[in-house]
Amino acid sequence: MSIVEDVEALRRIPYFATMDSAKLKLLAFTSTRVQLAQGGVLCREGEPGDAAYIVLEGEADIVVSAEDGRDVVVAHVPRNTFIGEMAVLRNAPRTATVVASSGLVALKVSKDAFFQLLRDQPAFAMELMRELAERLDDTTVQLRDARARLAALGA
Amino acid sequence: MERRLFTYIWRHSFGEQLAVLGVILASLPFYFLALNLPKLIVNGPIQGGGFEDGAARTYFQLALPDWLGGAIVLDGVDLDRMSALFALSFSFLALVCINGLFKYRINVMKGRMGERLLRRLRYELVDRVLRFYPARLKRSKPAEIASMVKDEVEPLGGFVGEAFATPAYLGGQALTAVTFIVLQNPLLGAIAVGIVSIQAFVIPYLRKPILALGRQRQLTARELSGRVGEIVDAAADIQANDTSNWERADITRRLGKIYDIRFEIYRRKFFVKFLNNFLAQVTPFFFYAVGGYFAIRGELSIGQLVAVIAAYKDLPGPIKELLDWYLEKQDAQIKYEQVVEQFRADRLIEPTAHAPGEPPPLKGEIEVREATVADDTGARLLDAVSFVVPTGRHVAFAGPPGGGKEAAAALIARQMAARSGTVTLGGQPLEALPQSITGRRIAYVGQDSYLFGLSLRDNLLYGLRNEPRKPRACDGRALSLAEARAAEDARAGNAPYDAEAEWLHYPALGIDGPDGLDAALMRLIALAGLEADVFRFGLQGGFDPDEAPAVAERLLAARRLFKEREMSSDHDVVEPFDEALYNDQATIGQNLLFGVAIGQTFAPQNLAQNRLVSQLLDDTGLDKPLFTLGRGIAETMVEIFRGLPAEHPFFAQYSFIAAADLPLYETLLARLEAGQKPTPDQRVKLLSLAFAYSEARHRLGLLDDSMRSMLLAARHLFHERLPQHERAKIAFYDADAYNEAASVEDNILFGRVVYGAPNAQARIEAILMEVIAELGLKDDIARIGLGFACGAAGKRLTPSQRQRVALARALVKDPDLLVVNGALAVLDAATQSEIMKRVLAARTGRGVVWTLAPGQDGALFDTVVTFEGGRLAAGA
Repeated sequence: MSIVEDVEALRRIPYFATMDSAKLKLLAFTSTRVQLAQGGVLCREGEPGDAAYIVLEGEADIVVSAEDGRDVVVAHVPRNTFIGEMAVLRNAPRTATVVASSGLVALKVSKDAFFQLLRDQPAFAMELMRELAERLDDTTVQLRDARARLAALGA
Repeated sequence: MERRLFTYIWRHSFGEQLAVLGVILASLPFYFLALNLPKLIVNGPIQGGGFEDGAARTYFQLALPDWLGGAIVLDGVDLDRMSALFALSFSFLALVCINGLFKYRINVMKGRMGERLLRRLRYELVDRVLRFYPARLKRSKPAEIASMVKDEVEPLGGFVGEAFATPAYLGGQALTAVTFIVLQNPLLGAIAVGIVSIQAFVIPYLRKPILALGRQRQLTARELSGRVGEIVDAAADIQANDTSNWERADITRRLGKIYDIRFEIYRRKFFVKFLNNFLAQVTPFFFYAVGGYFAIRGELSIGQLVAVIAAYKDLPGPIKELLDWYLEKQDAQIKYEQVVEQFRADRLIEPTAHAPGEPPPLKGEIEVREATVADDTGARLLDAVSFVVPTGRHVAFAGPPGGGKEAAAALIARQMAARSGTVTLGGQPLEALPQSITGRRIAYVGQDSYLFGLSLRDNLLYGLRNEPRKPRACDGRALSLAEARAAEDARAGNAPYDAEAEWLHYPALGIDGPDGLDAALMRLIALAGLEADVFRFGLQGGFDPDEAPAVAERLLAARRLFKEREMSSDHDVVEPFDEALYNDQATIGQNLLFGVAIGQTFAPQNLAQNRLVSQLLDDTGLDKPLFTLGRGIAETMVEIFRGLPAEHPFFAQYSFIAAADLPLYETLLARLEAGQKPTPDQRVKLLSLAFAYSEARHRLGLLDDSMRSMLLAARHLFHERLPQHERAKIAFYDADAYNEAASVEDNILFGRVVYGAPNAQARIEAILMEVIAELGLKDDIARIGLGFACGAAGKRLTPSQRQRVALARALVKDPDLLVVNGALAVLDAATQSEIMKRVLAARTGRGVVWTLAPGQDGALFDTVVTFEGGRLAAGA
């Protein structure tokens, strides 16, 4: 698998659709290609957040361990998505485990390379911010719904 | 040390000096005879003087002088003219030999004397350094001291042999020659004496400024070496401060000054030389003119004139050398004074304090009474403090940083001296105790302990090498050689200790010989929390499999087990080395060599220029595709890195090409684009890129299967072709042999970590630990780890490792009292406390003094003494 193919795969991701091809090549070149079989663990809850991942092929589940020790799937990650960037941005341990739910190919972008990407590519940084804002908005909506439901239950 | 060089020389070598003088004295009559013979030959057989009547003359008659009665001792022989010529000529030859042998003998004696004295002087200087109180050395730069001991005293060694012998020998010769000339003709004698006197008075006068300049030269050169030493030590800080230009300017200024001095010396020196030569050559003018005049008038025989000229020819030599001697003497005296001055100290440690001898165990208590301790600036660290430390208990010194606990710990370990007040151990003043007690029964660990450029093991054992414990095992010839060596050492006043003897004091470690040494060290290393580090060193270290074949065998077993375990896990994390397969995780160069380069010949950066390798590429048709591959790499690199600023970290982390070289490759590529041929240098550049390429890592899609099989074929051809003498320069990968050029870890892995395998490092580590534990290899690896070379001043260790090694080194001594004074300061508080707990538990019933870091708990100690503002706060 060469970086040429990685670049093509990256190009399909909305973040990178408009990015200059030399820059995309640089991103691919400075990243490591990771391949996982179904059930393989990409990164584990509690580990240091040393890299972000771009899912190029396959899908993954985001799993957190509940209080009773059972694993709960909290989200599903389709291909062409950026994941794990939160832990890198916060410089904190991972809050969830990512498990491949099918055969999976991802690009592992090291912390340094990720920050470099943010610095070099303001457009990418904006995209990422928008994405994070949307996630926050989703979470807020969910929280409101949950509160409402909780209040209804209490009533 | 003696203030005057001559006193020093005479005191330490008068016996030998007298012997040389005796030999010189014995040589002078032969010298006179050798001067006289030419006259006899010319006047006698050659000119026929005394043979006028064809009769024979009596030669070799030895008569007592008239004032002794004139009795004839040897009758001599009667010789005719021809026999006389040959007899005299052969006598001359014999005298030449005798004089030459005398000279040789004298020189050997002088040389030996000089070397002995130089050896003594150097030893005494180093001995003084060892006897300085450490505070005294703070004033000196190490490089300056080293340059004095090594370079500055060196010429003194040469002078020692000359000190008395030369004036005697040359003076005697000159006097003989002058006497001879005066005897032949008083007037010529007077001329010779006159010119010699001018030389003797004028030239030293002219030389005086040269001596003063020489002194300056010595000082500036010494300062230069001090500065160079500083630059080396401060290399990292200079780069960190961007002050390299400042250093350049300083060195330039110093070199300029040295240049001025040296050039001035040369100018003056050559003028003196010119004058000297002129005076020497003007004398024969007088001899030809005046001597010739007398010869023509018949007042001087031709033989006499020839002999006078011959004698005078010999004269400038001795005179000049005498002058040189005089100057050398001045110079040596100055050098000596300057060096001795630098090694002067008001107070030296008494030699008796260093006397060997096993000290008795510490008894009683250390009592500090009204002690005041101040630092260099005079600030009081302890102010009239009294306290008692029992030597067998655990005592903590607490208080705020700088409050006095540090000074108190240094004081009781004799690392600092009290300005006033007393410190006693068992009732005796601590100051007066021999170092064998304070250095062996007490172990002190301060904040910056020095580690030597030795292996970790030798650094740990440093404190056990106090005195020779067992003479070296040798007999017969080796023994007599060793004895002769020891006798020569003693003649030069050197130390009476044999460095080859067994110095290690094993009982301190609870063992009686080398067996179990490493195990004992590892126990103490564990106390200091260094176990994991040493284990790491072992994994990353190497060893010579020929020296420990059993270990190599065990590591090979580990290699097999590792492979088994790694294969049985669901993912490949290591791509093993296989002679028959191309390893995608390794670079093209590594695949070609299929081994680890030893030395520079086949080192990765030199591979493309290696003659054998380029020949191989030509013959296998790989040169074109590899060149194209290198070009492909260069194109991609130029494309993706072009826009980045030069200081961008990606260059260092990822690029094949340094930022500064990028434009170079751009031009190179443009050149190729335009259809031009690359220069040989450019070829090498692109081939080097290709050699560093690994498909799995760099993923540029440049390597296909046909290239892989070509490279494999080239690998095999390379191995076939490699000439015998080059084979030692590569340690080839062999599944059944330990690779001596690779680390222990690489030997067990025997392959390359697969790029992109998730969590590869953690999984490898897990399997590795499993294998090591299962095969019981921990000790082997720890032993290799103990061989880790710490680097100059222990710089290959991190500060935290250095501090823990220093603590372990103190524990190795098994002291009666362990003083730990902020010795773990760079470690985090939790680790410090852990180590403290372990050390205290291991030293139950033995003395410990520990200065507590802020926040550290004194509950584990028998007593806590708290210092604040240089005084006691509570406790004691």
